[in-house]
Amino acid sequence: MNFEFSDEQNLLREQALGFLQEACPTSTVRAILDDDDRPYDDELWRKIAELGWTASVIPEAYGGLGLSYLELSVIAEELGRAIAPVPFSSSVYLATEALLMAGSEAQKEKWLPRLATGDVIGTFALGEGPGQPRADKLATAASGALTGVKIPVADGDVADFAVVVARSDAGDGASLHLAELDGVDSQSVGTLDPTRSHAKITFADDAAEPLGTHGEGWTTTQRLLDRAAVLFAWEQVGGANAALEMAKEYALERYAFGRPIASYQAIKHKLAHAYVKNTLARANCYYGAWALDTDADELPVAAATARVSATQAYYYASKENIQTHGGMGFTWEFDCQFHYRRAKLLSVNIGSEATWQDKLIGAMERDRPAA
Amino acid sequence: MDFNDNAEEAAFRAEARAWLEANVPAREELEGLDEVEAAKLWQKRKYDAGWACIRWPEEYGGRGASAIEQVIWNQEEGRFPTPGSVFGIGQGMAAPTLMAWASEEHKREHLPPLASGEHIWCQLFSEPAGGSDLAALRTRAEKDGDEWIINGQKIWTSGAHYSDYGIIVLRTDPTVPKHKGLSYFFLDMKSPGIEIRPIKQISGGANFNEVFFNDVRVPDDQRLGAVGQGWQVALTTLMNERMAIGGGGGGVGFSQVFDLARKVEIDGEPAIRDRNVRAKLATWYAQETGLKYTGYRALSALSRGDTPGPENSIGKLVAASKAQDMASFAMDLLELSGAISDPAHAEARGMYQATFMGAPGGRIAGGSDEIMLNILSERVLGLPQDVRVDKGIPFNEVPTGR
Repeated sequence: MNFEFSDEQNLLREQALGFLQEACPTSTVRAILDDDDRPYDDELWRKIAELGWTASVIPEAYGGLGLSYLELSVIAEELGRAIAPVPFSSSVYLATEALLMAGSEAQKEKWLPRLATGDVIGTFALGEGPGQPRADKLATAASGALTGVKIPVADGDVADFAVVVARSDAGDGASLHLAELDGVDSQSVGTLDPTRSHAKITFADDAAEPLGTHGEGWTTTQRLLDRAAVLFAWEQVGGANAALEMAKEYALERYAFGRPIASYQAIKHKLAHAYVKNTLARANCYYGAWALDTDADELPVAAATARVSATQAYYYASKENIQTHGGMGFTWEFDCQFHYRRAKLLSVNIGSEATWQDKLIGAMERDRPAA
Repeated sequence: MDFNDNAEEAAFRAEARAWLEANVPAREELEGLDEVEAAKLWQKRKYDAGWACIRWPEEYGGRGASAIEQVIWNQEEGRFPTPGSVFGIGQGMAAPTLMAWASEEHKREHLPPLASGEHIWCQLFSEPAGGSDLAALRTRAEKDGDEWIINGQKIWTSGAHYSDYGIIVLRTDPTVPKHKGLSYFFLDMKSPGIEIRPIKQISGGANFNEVFFNDVRVPDDQRLGAVGQGWQVALTTLMNERMAIGGGGGGVGFSQVFDLARKVEIDGEPAIRDRNVRAKLATWYAQETGLKYTGYRALSALSRGDTPGPENSIGKLVAASKAQDMASFAMDLLELSGAISDPAHAEARGMYQATFMGAPGGRIAGGSDEIMLNILSERVLGLPQDVRVDKGIPFNEVPTGR
């Protein structure tokens, strides 16, 4: 039994943690929050790319490092802990992954080396407004060129290209398209977490090329989301632990009725519950990372399980962190808001808790024939 | 990451499995035996072949196995329908305490019969006035020559009625602060003056007892640790209790409720189609696997020869509440029939109802939810202890309720 990261992976974690403490303290997050003109921290993005994190799982033949998804999991957790204001999830977990899964040789050769160096940013455009996306409700259409409105698209205002899910009259009802965004109408939209920019993209007969097989877009999308869910979950676990740590530090310093509030059971039990949720979520993420890395048949169940427990853990830790801080936690000046914002953003970014609960049970129904 | 044994582990597993396949008692062999007799038969067979208490040193009846070998053995034994154990407290809690604190002579005398199942031990810690606040216990021991005379009452003593020996914490000095006035002994449960009365539980069973002591004599020679050091010795036992109780869920699990939700209907559709049902099931599944994979992480640490981290102590806390909630939910799915507990008529022979009635005990035994949360917050998160108004005050001056 070896259900742990290797020594090398743990060393990478230490390096990542050290780097982000230096390069991405919460003042960095705050600087993006307070400045409407900066959608992300481009200097941090540059440094992250120099460390090769954007190249992690890209094969060496395309200029990547050819590392495993376990290394990428380690990086995801640390980026989540740091609440990093960069388009990493869009570009790495979604756009890069979509190209690796469905890209033609020419598409891979064109985009992967530049995704690896961080010189281009990619994103994934699925949503078209309120409610759960469904293949049969997609309005965005492609007939040589793309037409339709995608909202919200994470990092859509800074990305160089988007992988777009569009309607198809063949197969599973959808096809993927790769659209370069230069010249496309893309407007920033304010979101709950301004440290992660989002956009409304309006395609009006804009050029796009098919990505993957026509009429297999919805199946590929689900598979892509399963893979990304594990990495999103690692970010959530990292954030949840940071939020718990923040609450703990404050509770130890803050006195009420002559003693630290951390000595009251009302606070202690709250934080212990957060610890329990975080521990369960982390264990599920381990399994998710294993399933992702080995492309196991268990991936849909493993990904949804990690996603559900990580979403619950981060939501709980982020709201109870504010509660532990009392009124100060509700002020703009305090950092508690970062986790509260990021937790909810991450939880809806690739589908809500309820959606992943539904997927989890759906995958179990497929795996276990009814009696 | 991989889930496989290394070569040594695989060899050990194969050896264990082969022995189990050849030696687990057949149903006919156990016919007519009660719970204790069946447990003793199986334990003796393991002992004679060197498969009892395998982590213990050989001179005390074990086989000197490693922690990971113990886990592998437990997994393999768990695959077989073996008789239930009545030795958990003796082997899991009394024995480690004896190993840490008893004289060599006592260890050689008492550990082998514990391993062989000849002797069953119980734990006499909790009292009517000392549960979560165990150190507030009041049962007195007064020195009389080479002996101590015990008077008072213990409670929640599992298996006292069939035990040969007991480990016990007693107040030997009420004039000093509570933790300092305790001493730890082991005693013969057949000693004159011990009276055992079963306690009927809300689940209908009676696994627990009240144990009354009227001028019971115990030799000073059976004291573990110094006079006044009883709390420290008790901590050895309690640490092992939490390991022994661990993640044990039992009763209703995800699979049963998942299958039930496919079978019963809501609004003419299988209940599993209902979003609320799916959400709850998914949450419980994630808790169940979270515990399972947390266990895998502990195994990995053992496999490397490391000590597992504190994350393992969440097991009982999560599992007990989850079992309670799942049982309650399953009964809701059964609608009117949820009320039936009669095995002849109830779904799953009344398992949901039995779990529902047993679960409150699970949330209290071996450290209540609240105590487990205190332990997590103090020992794992490093938060300060609550203010204790009895701190530093002689025990006989501490305010008490009824």
